[in-house]
Amino acid sequence: MKIAVCVKQVPDATVTKRIDPQTKRLDRSGESALNPTDLNAVEEALRVKEAQGGEVVLVSMGPEKAVDALRKALAMGADRAVLVTDEAAAGSDLLGTARALAGALEREAADLVFFGQASSDGDGAVLWAAVADLLRRPVVSQVASLTVEGGSVTGKRQTEHGYDVIRAPLPAVVAVSDAINEPRYPSLKGIMAAKSKPQETLSLADAGVQPDAAGEAGAGTTVLGLGPPPSRGDQVRIEDDGSAAQKIFDLLVERRLL
Amino acid sequence: MRSLVFLEHHEGELQKGSLGVLSKAASLGEAMGVVLGPGGKELAPRAGAFGATGVYVSEQAELAAPLPQPRVDALASLVEQTGAEAVLFGASVLAADVAAGLAARLGAGLNWDLADLSLADGELVGTRPALGDTVLVDVGWKGSPRVALVRSGALDPVESGGSAEVRDFQATFSDFSTLAELVEQTQEESTGPSIEDADVIVAGGRGLGSPEAFSLLEELAAALGGAVAATRAVVDAGWYPYATQVGQTGKTVSPRLYIACGISGAIQHKVGMQGSGTIVAINKDANAPIFDFCDVGVVGDLHQIVPKLTELVRAHRGGQ
Repeated sequence: MKIAVCVKQVPDATVTKRIDPQTKRLDRSGESALNPTDLNAVEEALRVKEAQGGEVVLVSMGPEKAVDALRKALAMGADRAVLVTDEAAAGSDLLGTARALAGALEREAADLVFFGQASSDGDGAVLWAAVADLLRRPVVSQVASLTVEGGSVTGKRQTEHGYDVIRAPLPAVVAVSDAINEPRYPSLKGIMAAKSKPQETLSLADAGVQPDAAGEAGAGTTVLGLGPPPSRGDQVRIEDDGSAAQKIFDLLVERRLL
Repeated sequence: MRSLVFLEHHEGELQKGSLGVLSKAASLGEAMGVVLGPGGKELAPRAGAFGATGVYVSEQAELAAPLPQPRVDALASLVEQTGAEAVLFGASVLAADVAAGLAARLGAGLNWDLADLSLADGELVGTRPALGDTVLVDVGWKGSPRVALVRSGALDPVESGGSAEVRDFQATFSDFSTLAELVEQTQEESTGPSIEDADVIVAGGRGLGSPEAFSLLEELAAALGGAVAATRAVVDAGWYPYATQVGQTGKTVSPRLYIACGISGAIQHKVGMQGSGTIVAINKDANAPIFDFCDVGVVGDLHQIVPKLTELVRAHRGGQ
């Protein structure tokens, strides 16, 4: 079983996020880390591999320094990493990112492609469905529990209305929810081993993507401007001295909310 | 602008989120609804009341299960057939996957997590709150069609009383689109109004201390004719069902009154409820972030305050 996991480098949770007023895009110059919910995808891939044998390949797109973030997933136990990195890919939106990842995934021809739930930098929350369409493979998303057997994958997921159980034949694309598992911590041995694991970098051309199909040139969307959110008016503050319920009630009546 | 609006339906009801998007689209130009799956023909005419001039319907069996890929095929063929300049969705588990698949299929730009849509010089503009809603970003599209996912519940349906012509169509499905299949579906029981439909929401977080304390909120919600919602933390802990989760990975709600009990106000919760009319927060911790974005901030013990408030509301309602 060959399993690919799409992972992403995002600004570290401890970094205060800001939007660069020049580029109008998220400033990614500070410390970065592996997107937290991608850890669930890596964990699930490792569990499938441990049960069935095979190989876990990380596939990512980003600047060259994204290699640092991949190392954590290698330390968890992934076998190797492929990073699509290209100056022409800067400023990619969903389309460019999906094309680059799909190109890299085509080369790997994995039986299962995993994605994490959403990335903490606000991008990629819908990436799996775009990649699945480009790969022409079935997709199951928001999977909270998973079984892989008999050449198919079955996922249970929570929707607005209850639970759906969905089955798809392999090869397939699966996006997991962060409720699916508890990601393992890398062992010291894993951290040491990660240093010597194969890491390949691909250009857009290597991934079979035309330069104008990614980056700013290939984007279908644009950022027009930034503004402050509307403010909420004056606030009433109540310290409870036993009369808080009455005060809330009076305010609700006064504001015609009852 | 001519747009197609994906009208999601469940158990014979068009979903409120997609009707809100339809109303907005109708205010910006010509809006056509799309209702996919068995039962569509019966539901389609109702879209006229929310501004659709026409509704495309396919009841093909491939569209019965709530799976995204056959819907991508259907919408892609409709875009070709109608020359629609925009395809708009109210966000849901299903709609997000359909929108992204469609964008990839057509090489079309997708903007998501939008709180509003508008026109500037005749061009569609989306508004996306970013960085925990500390910034509003205006986003646009470079080509046609423009694909957009609007936050669940961000736009309210407006009944305008029009009627829509229902047009049947047949989609051609890609070989890979029908490979995934729905094996089993379990409905979650719910009582009272759903949180998307409620005018009043009483929400609980970790500060409740135990799952049992939700009964206090249920009593207050019942007295107010509202619904009970929960934060991600307590849903993850199994205290309350996911269907009631408000926030980034749950629903976006904008009731007239939102009473937050024992909720600290983490950004991921804030983004789901800050559009509410009046926000009342009850929390023991005077430094809780929720006190920065509520209208009425009450520092105190919810276990004392909520039952008293319930009594006052009951007495008031009873006396009317």
